[in-house]
This record gives sequence, C-alpha cells and structure tokens, in this order.
Amino acid sequence: MPSLLTSSSPHIHGANSVPRLMYTVLAALLPALAAYCWFFGPGILVHLGLAYGTALACEALMLRLRGKPLGLFLSDGSCLVSASLLCFAIPSLAPWWLTVIGISFAIVVAKHLYGGLGHNPFNPAMIGYALLLISFPREMTSWLSPTAHSALNLNFSDTVSLIFGTGISAVDAVTMASPLDHMRTELGREHVLSAIVNNRELFGLLGGAGWEWINAMALLGGVFLLWRKIIHWHIPVATLVALLLIAGFFHLLDPARYSDPLLHLFSGATMLGAFFIATDPVSAATTNRGRLYYGAGIGIIIYVVRTWGGYPDGVAFAVLLMNMAAPTLDYFTQPRVFGHGKKD
Amino acid sequence: MSKRLFRFNGGLKLADFKTGSTGQPIVQAPIPPQLILPLQQHIGEPAEACVKPGDTVTRGQEIARARGAISASIHASSSGVVHAIEKRQVSHPSGLLAPCVVIDTDGLDRPQQAPVIIGDAYLQQTPDAVRKLVRAGGIVGMGGAGFPTAVKLKPGPEHGVDLLVLNGAECEPYISCDDMLMRERAPAIIAGARVMMHALGARHAVIAVEDNKPQSMQIMAQAIRDSGAENIELRGIPAIYPAGGEKQLIKVLTGIEIPAQALPINAGIVCHNVATAEAVYRVIYQGEGAVSRVVTLTGNVSQELNLDVRYGTPVEFLLRTYGIDPALVAAITIGGPMMGYSLHAIDAPVSKTTNCIIVKQQGAALPFSNHGGTRPCIRCGNCADVCPVNLLPQQLYWHAQSRDFDKVQDFHLFDCIECGCCDYVCPSHLPLVQYYRFAKTEIWAQEREKEKSDLARQRHEFRQFRLEREKAERAARHKQKAAALQAPSAEEAELAKKKAAIAAALERVKARKAQADTKPRNVDNLSPQQRQLIEEVDARRKQNRQQQKPGPEQKNSDTE
Amino acid sequence: MWTAVSVLALLGALFGMILGYAAVRFRVQSNPLVEKIDSILPQTQCGQCTFPGCRPYAQAIADGEADINQCPPGGEAVIHALADLLGRDPKPLNPEHGAHKEKIVVEIDEDLCIGCTLCIQACPVDAILGAAKQMHSVIAEECTGCELCIPPCPVDCIYVVPAAQDINHWKVPSPEPLVQARS
Repeated sequence: MPSLLTSSSPHIHGANSVPRLMYTVLAALLPALAAYCWFFGPGILVHLGLAYGTALACEALMLRLRGKPLGLFLSDGSCLVSASLLCFAIPSLAPWWLTVIGISFAIVVAKHLYGGLGHNPFNPAMIGYALLLISFPREMTSWLSPTAHSALNLNFSDTVSLIFGTGISAVDAVTMASPLDHMRTELGREHVLSAIVNNRELFGLLGGAGWEWINAMALLGGVFLLWRKIIHWHIPVATLVALLLIAGFFHLLDPARYSDPLLHLFSGATMLGAFFIATDPVSAATTNRGRLYYGAGIGIIIYVVRTWGGYPDGVAFAVLLMNMAAPTLDYFTQPRVFGHGKKD
Repeated sequence: MSKRLFRFNGGLKLADFKTGSTGQPIVQAPIPPQLILPLQQHIGEPAEACVKPGDTVTRGQEIARARGAISASIHASSSGVVHAIEKRQVSHPSGLLAPCVVIDTDGLDRPQQAPVIIGDAYLQQTPDAVRKLVRAGGIVGMGGAGFPTAVKLKPGPEHGVDLLVLNGAECEPYISCDDMLMRERAPAIIAGARVMMHALGARHAVIAVEDNKPQSMQIMAQAIRDSGAENIELRGIPAIYPAGGEKQLIKVLTGIEIPAQALPINAGIVCHNVATAEAVYRVIYQGEGAVSRVVTLTGNVSQELNLDVRYGTPVEFLLRTYGIDPALVAAITIGGPMMGYSLHAIDAPVSKTTNCIIVKQQGAALPFSNHGGTRPCIRCGNCADVCPVNLLPQQLYWHAQSRDFDKVQDFHLFDCIECGCCDYVCPSHLPLVQYYRFAKTEIWAQEREKEKSDLARQRHEFRQFRLEREKAERAARHKQKAAALQAPSAEEAELAKKKAAIAAALERVKARKAQADTKPRNVDNLSPQQRQLIEEVDARRKQNRQQQKPGPEQKNSDTE
Repeated sequence: MWTAVSVLALLGALFGMILGYAAVRFRVQSNPLVEKIDSILPQTQCGQCTFPGCRPYAQAIADGEADINQCPPGGEAVIHALADLLGRDPKPLNPEHGAHKEKIVVEIDEDLCIGCTLCIQACPVDAILGAAKQMHSVIAEECTGCELCIPPCPVDCIYVVPAAQDINHWKVPSPEPLVQARS
C-alpha cells in the first residue's frame, strides 16, 4: 500500500505571489524612470545600481544574522522596490555614499530590526529618505533643473565620476533648488504665485519642470498597477482627491498665495507617493475603509507640510505619520461580517 | 418571487476542469468483493449495528439503526454476509480508524424481499411519517456535510417554511456529480423535491444551478414543466465560488443574510442538495434506503468519469477497476480541490459524503499546492477582498498563529466556512485555512479540557470531603468507645442494683421459709410411717441446705 | 511657601480620602487569586509539581512560593495562561518536574487484580470503581492520568494507555512546523 501525501485544503492556488507583486511594481516604475533619465540625466541609473547592490547585500547580511533562508527572501524583490523608490527621492548627482547610507538604514533598521518582510510598521524607503534629509540637508536639496542639467552637458562617465567623487553639491557654480523648494522660498519673500510659476526654467505646463512628466508617467504606472490588481484603488484615489480638495479650497481662498491643485498633483513626488509609496501593503492600513482614511490623511498632510511645514515636499513625512496611524485605522474600520449587525 | 439576484462579498472565478468528466453518461461502478460501511457517515450520533458477523443481508437492508435525535441509519449496499464489525480505515482527514460493518458481497446483489414503495401516496402521509421514512432510509445531506435529512425536513417551531432551495450550484472545480445527476435523473430530483416540500409544508421551491451548466439548466427546466409543478422554479446563478455555500446561496437568491449563529430555518428557508432530493425519491418511490451515490473520479486518470458507486466501495477498488495503479498514486483528495481533504489510506471506502475523488499520480502535474515557499504575511488584504463571509482573514491568521484564541474569536473565527478563497489568493502562500481549522479544533479541545478539569476538581473536592467525613465519623466512634471505658460506674451501678434486688428477694424468701419452717401444718394425725417419711425428707432438706450455703451469689450468677 | 505646602497637603489629604472612600464603596467582589489560578490548572492532581494536588499548588503560586512552570500535564498552555493572569513572562516547563506527555489514562488488568483497594485509596478523583475483594475498574472518562495509583498496586496490574482519540474530536495540527520548514 503506497503512503499517500497529505496536505490541507485548499489544494489549488492562484498565480499570485510576492515576487510577482514586487516585480510588477518595478515594471510599473519604468515609465517614470525613463522620464527621470530624460530630464535629469542617467545619474539615477548609477544610484539604482548602488542601491540595488547595497540593498541585496544588507538584506543577505540581516537574513543570515537572523537565521532566515536566503534564497526565499532575496528573491522576493521587496528590497529592490524600496531601493527604487529611495533613488527617485535622491538628487541624481548626489554623492554615492548618500544612497548607500540611506538604503542601508532603510533595510537594516527600518525593515529587518522590526522583523523583516511583513513586520515593518514604517515604509523603509521613506525612513531612509527622512534620515538622509535630516542628516544631510545640503546634499539632499541639491536639485538641478532640467535646463541646468542639460547645460552641464555631462556624459555618462562624467556622471559616474561626479557621483563617486564629491557630488553636485560641491559644485558651487550652479543654482540648485527643486521647483517646490523654489516656490516656498519665493512665497516666503511675499512674491505672488503667478509670478513664481512663470519661471520657465523651473515650472512647466502643469507642475515642476521635468517633474510633471515624471508624475504623469508615475500616474500611468499606477493605472497599470490598478489594472493588474496589484494595488487597491482606495489609497491612491483618496490621496489624490484629498490633496485636490484641500489645495483647491485654499487656492480658491487666495490664488496668489496658494498654488492650484494641479500643480500640487504634478509636482514633487505626489503621483509616485500616491501609487507606489503609500500603497506599500506592509505599512499601510489593510481594511478598505481604513485605506480611504489613510490616503486622505496622506493627501492632507502632504499639503500641510508643503504649505506651512519646514520641508519642500511632504510625501515622506505624510506617509510616515499615517504609518503610525495605520493600526488604529484598522481597528476602527472593520467591515461588517456576513450575518452580523453593524454593532458586532 | 423576485427575479433579481443578489451578490455576496468576495468569491472567486475558478477554472472548471469539468469538461472531461461531463463528456459521457454516468457509469455503474461494479460491486466490490468487500464493502466497508462506517457506522457514522453523517453528523450526529453514530448508528448502532443491528446485525452481527455471519448474518446474511440483502441490498437495502438496514444494518445499523439511527440512534438519538440527530442520526441516520446505515443500509447494506449489496447482498452478502456480514464479515465483521470492527474498526477500519475510513475517509476522514484525520486518518483515524472508526467502527464499520464489513460485508463480504456474494455478487448476486439480491434486493430486499418486499420493499415498501409509497410512490405518489406520500401525499396522503403526514409530514412526520414522511420524515420517519427518510430517517429510516438513511438519507443524509449529499453535498458533503452529511447532515441527517430527516432533521432538516422539519419546519421550524415559529413558522412554516416559505422556500425550499435545491442546491445544484456545485461551485467547486472538478466536481460534476450533481451536474450529471441533473442531466440524467431530473424527473427523480423534481419528484424528490416535491416530497420534501410536502414534509416541510413549503410553499415554493427554487432549484439553483450555476450558469456554467447550460445542459443541466435546460433539462431541469423541462422536467419542472413536465411535472406540472406550479411552485417550483429554476434559477441560474453566476458561477462564482463559493455560491454553493448554503448562506451564500440564500443571499444570492433572496438577498436575505441568515444571521451568524442562526439557521436558515429561522428565516423560513431550507436548503437541500439535488442529490439528496434524488435519494429521497428513491426511498419513497423505490422503497430502497441509501445504497449508492454518484462520485466524480478525476485528476490524473486516463478517463475522467462520473460513477454510480455503492457505499462501502474501497477507493482502491475503484482505482484498479478504472485502470489506475494504486502503487503509482501520490495523493488522493476526497471532495473538491478547494475544500476536500487528503485521504490517508487508499483502502478507505466511499461513504455518503464522498462526492469526488481527485487522483494525483507520482510525477504528474496537478494544480496541487504544497504551499511551497511560504513567506511572511505582507498585509496586502487580498484575503479580505475575497472572503464570502466578509471576515478579516489576516487578523484571524495573526491571532491563530500567536495562539491568542480569545482574540481570534473576537474576529468571528467560527463564522469562517473554510472555503479556501483567502488561501487561494494569498501571495505569501500562507496555509490560512489550516490555521483556522487548527484554531477551531484547539478551542473546542480547550473547552472540553476545561469541562473535564472542572469535573475532576469537583470529584477531587468531594473525595477530600468524603475522607474528612470518614475521619470525623471514625473519631466520633472512638470517642464514644473511650467514654464508655472511662466511666463504667453506670454499668456497675446497674449490676449492684440488680444484686441488691436479688439479695433482698432471697432474704424475703429466707425469712418466709424460716417462719414456715417452725411448724408444718397438718402434722397432728400422722401415722408412724408418715412420721418417718417426714423425718427423712427433713434430714435431706437439712443436708441440701448445708451444701448450698455458699449459695446466693452462685444462684444469682446462674440466673444472670 | 507655607501656604503652598499647606494647600498641597490639604489637597493630598482630600484626594486621599476620596480614593479611600472609593476603594471601599466601589469594591468589586472578584474571585480570590487562588480560585483563578486553580481554574487554569488541569486538575490532574498528580503531585508532579511537588504539591499534594492542584489546589495547594495554586495556593503556593498565589503566595509566591512556587513558580508557574511546574505543571507537566498543563504544559505550555497552562504556563502561558498563568503568565497572562499574573502579568509575568512565560518560561519553559521546568524539567525537574517532568515532561509534558500526551494525554493518558490507566487501565487495570482484570486477570491480575486482587481487590486490595490500595489503588482506590490512592486515586485523587475517585475514578476507580471497586471494593475490598471485588474487581477494581478504572472509569476511563474520569481518569486524569496522574499515575498515582500505579505505585501502590502490589501486583503491578495497572498500566498506562494513550487516551482514546475520538475521530469526532480530532485536533488539526498547527501548520507552524510546516511553515517553518518551508520558509
């Protein structure tokens, strides 16, 4: 009599898996990556290489230290996604050590010290970004406009040597600020918004120069993820709608001081944040209603930080703050179970 | 009845895998040389054997009687001789043994001598009489749960039954036995349904069939028209797994959500499987108890089939009969791929709840999950999206894993119908349903343990009390005895009193005697002989008195 | 400064009185700790914890004289439950007191029993039926598996059998070993 294999039901499984999820996200980032390279040069590719390498190395080290199987976890692609998102947030000509420090901190501290995949309460990429922004403000705010980039006329090897050298922040001759950064400073100097936006070097049709394209591509990638059912619509829609509403409200109040909603949507890391960063399943809320509140919170905090806060872009801090609220949101937004009343 | 269909949350669209097994008619499986009939093929009390080894039985003969309110009888599926009543391998996920009646068949398949055929006359029977026939016929739910049908044919205490739902959904992949039954035995199903309606006093009946079974729908609709029944209706429902779940089906058809711990009967609805209706038909119209059912044999087989199998047929026999070498079989699933369980022993028998046998051969590819590469939960929430009961499987998982059995019940663990949708979509390949089953059985075991330990505590405390009581009784007895020894004056006083009384009595006697002794009467005119006699007696008396002088105590001790 | 001191002292006294009153007036009648601990223990009454029965062990835990990891029949589950109740950290079962075994019951071999009642006197839950010179039988449903009856038997006719596993009360094993092995 043969010995039969036994297993617990169900005995069939869908095609979904963690690697499939992660690699689809990476694929969805490609349009945004292409736009980034177009406007800001190939520096991001160098940083991506650095980040991927460092991320995998840190992941392998931590897995070994924690006694977990390497093959299973290194292949899931989650650290690569964190690395990619961090690279979008770092100026393309920043020094190499910025990336390495940022991603190491993200993987080692924000992810593995909290328990590894599935256990981190905060988005690792955003923790890494926050660390870098607070610790190295000069390097992290050294953004070149697309025009300035092309003016520098760097080829690939120049880019590499700059990155592995001192980075662009050491180059004094160029003015460096992101569009949102510039806008804040000018608004602080009591300049009118319409005048600020007329600066063709920094502002394009809808939003920041170059950045509006990156956001548009990120939107495309996000819609792709929605179509493939990798992410739920609740978080991106809630984030964008909330941002739209609050920006629209203040813009209607005082168009001179508060920029129009579309500018907010297509500048900075809004679309990336809404579709790729906020939707990180591990650190976000898990119930659908909770996701709506989570997304709305992120949208509002992005606006608040951008308008009244101390930093030019609020996506990272918005996400981190709402990460803190996620467990509470889950607790208070449990769905009604079949056959139970609303009070159960 | 409203024509509108409703939706339940979640569910999955799954690939069918049914075309192979629905490509040919139902085949009669041969009768095996030995039938193994478990005494429990249903929910409730096991049946009690009413035959013994060596008895000859005929097909349809009752060999085990239903015991208790929730129970069903077992019948011999073919004629033969009872070989033994012993523990054997049964089809159960635990792989444990259970008591069975084992029959060596004689190959003649002799039917019962005089089966009681009611036929259309059931309409003249009381609903209770019909239920008794169903119970004696050993009919249980054939959809897989095996709940004794007679119990589910009772209208509720509060109100009658508005609606009988006949579940022809068969939503799981691979299984097609109900589909083929509907195609081939539609009139029998309708007739059985009408018997059920009579027993329930139901006003309407709806037969629900998934829309991926167009032939069945057509044939059943025709059978309904042919029967002339005005209050039976056929509804096609979208093929979403698990629409065939009782509460989900009722929601789809009527929009009513049966409350969590309640039964459909509380809402005036009763749900039965179509095969159960056909079995009821057989009892009423053919007078035969439950002896066989249709089983889908599928998977890595040369020909996917639907077989009409006698209960008690070992799975191994079926495999051999249909060209599958048991030695090459890697795994067998009883039931569907979403909710079925793995068979532990290949010689376990087909029972009343076996609706499908999926064979996996060694080295062959079946979509058989072995949950390879389980990763940690990434909190994606896909599981909650597909849960038909709208639970939070993620939370259930976290708390079951950390063995927090109170919390897991707060998230309504016992509402889970174990359909497997959450497990199917989980990107981390977590064995979610196994966690829930583990938590459920663990909680039940803990409740039983608690009851047992409470009882043990009571017994222990009573034992302590009993020992104390015995000790106290013994102490009291000792005290009494001791008291008696220390103060004997009471007894002695009694003794002394008695002695005094006796002594006094003797004194009185002596005194009287002394007086009486001075002059005997009537001694005046005595002859010399008389005088001599008297002197002799006197002398003797004196002698006696002198001998008896140490007398009174002796006398007293003698009289004591 | 003295005003401040006196005001604070007064406030302190006032609140102290309120708290004291509340402590008495709103006192909640709850089970004494010993009862709660005893209700967690498995009632095997085997004595492996070094106390003569579960109640004395519960008393000792409540008095702080015994640790929570001394009960082998209770195993992990009981240790965790006690840890939860007392707000302590759970610890592994103390091997000095024995190992956690699968549930067992005892059976008397009726061919050998001489009817001496020594086992009856030893059983802490009176699970043995019998009398002097009469057959002794263990009531399996009541037997807690404490094994206290085995040493006194002069003819060694009591032996241990695993508790019967009912197919209806089968426990599904935790997938944990599976998950750990595969991840």
